[in-house]
Amino acid sequence: MKRLFTLFSILTAILLVYGLYQALVAAPTERTMGDVQRIFYYHVPSAWTAFCLFLTNLVASIVYLVTKRMKADALAVASAEVGVVFCTIVLVTGPIWARPVWGIWWTWDVRLTTTLVLWLIYVSYLVLRRFSDTAQTPILAAVLAIFGALDVPLVYFSIWFFRTQHPQPVMGRGGSLDPRMLHAFLINLLAFSCFGAMVCWSRYRLEILHREVEEAHAMESLAGGDVAAKPSLPLNRGGAQ
Amino acid sequence: MNSLWAVTLATLKKDIRLEWRSKDALNSMLFFSLLVVVIFSFSFDPNAEESRQIAGGLVWVAFLFAAVVALNQTWARELRNQVLDAYRVSPAPATALFLAKALGNFIFVALLEAVMTPLFIVFYNLRALGPAWQLIPVGILGTWALVVNGTFFAALSLRTRSREIMLPLLLFPISIPAIQAMVEATRIVLAGDGSARFWIVLLLTYDVVFTTACLGFFETVLQAE
Repeated sequence: MKRLFTLFSILTAILLVYGLYQALVAAPTERTMGDVQRIFYYHVPSAWTAFCLFLTNLVASIVYLVTKRMKADALAVASAEVGVVFCTIVLVTGPIWARPVWGIWWTWDVRLTTTLVLWLIYVSYLVLRRFSDTAQTPILAAVLAIFGALDVPLVYFSIWFFRTQHPQPVMGRGGSLDPRMLHAFLINLLAFSCFGAMVCWSRYRLEILHREVEEAHAMESLAGGDVAAKPSLPLNRGGAQ
Repeated sequence: MNSLWAVTLATLKKDIRLEWRSKDALNSMLFFSLLVVVIFSFSFDPNAEESRQIAGGLVWVAFLFAAVVALNQTWARELRNQVLDAYRVSPAPATALFLAKALGNFIFVALLEAVMTPLFIVFYNLRALGPAWQLIPVGILGTWALVVNGTFFAALSLRTRSREIMLPLLLFPISIPAIQAMVEATRIVLAGDGSARFWIVLLLTYDVVFTTACLGFFETVLQAE
């Protein structure tokens, strides 16, 4: 497991470096927007990664509610935290690009607003996790994640009713995109997906270890120090009791 | 089905009687929203056309803040003397308890709205240019949208540290589409530009989706020990 993680990290690092080269050097400068368009190679992959992580969180939450497995809950925590980080990158890089191109920092357009509300929902998810440290927290957080997922389509439709200003996706319209740009974009999409997965993975391992240590401490104090430091103890934290 | 309604009605009656005797939630909500109205009218001081445009937002923000005051007290009362634990072990269906609490909150917030709406009309010189009867379904659906999720999240945040601040933090992000729908529908009716039908349908969808979700997950949240 550890070797696989190291290999994966090295692969991610190579991809990120190659992606950086592709985005900043190899890809041609956009004709009308200029160099600021290059932020696109980071903005869209970050958004993609954030949405994948939020989806992971939803699936892990449902799995946790059904099976009450501690590992599913650890994955839910990890993916929510890392997802919020990537979503923050999206919300920061967007205005940096929009200011010179649209002339405004922010607009209440459907994709921007949906992303912002998604970010708010997941921040409230993390706040719930932080403020509640009892054994039922995983269940409450999983329920909140499902409520958040139900909310997203409603947010989307409510904003969609207004005119939308976001640039339509340029992929698939054909012809207008330089193949080197597409190449740089796809490399960065892959690199960011791997990067997100790697950070989420290490956060997940950290969470599992953290819980094992806590469990060991609890067992130690219960047994008066006899079974100290036994990380492979059966874990039933957060299960149905 | 019969026992569901019997338990719902019994709990609802108990809550209304308690509220009638203490009037804690109602008084604090009323005074709170009165303060919000006064502070808003100091801060904005709009003319008639402007107030038509912004009144929808002001009214619903005031009601939202005031509703949180009542929602926070929903379950706190049941923690004393371990009443909630008694509910947990009783054979009564959990959904009945939730329905009673949500209906109780709905009645309290609707009462608040009935008292505060005339005040808003007076302070902001409001006169609807569109079909004013449409504000009734908007009011009912909007209040239910706030109250059903509010009651649920109040139960969810019951065991957290500083739960009183926790409730708005959980409730507001989820309520964003509902609030937008209420505010837009109210604005459209007041200013008389266009049809509010899309927003009413959106509110109805929101209510149906989240009422179902709340009823489905309430048992999980109540028994999460």
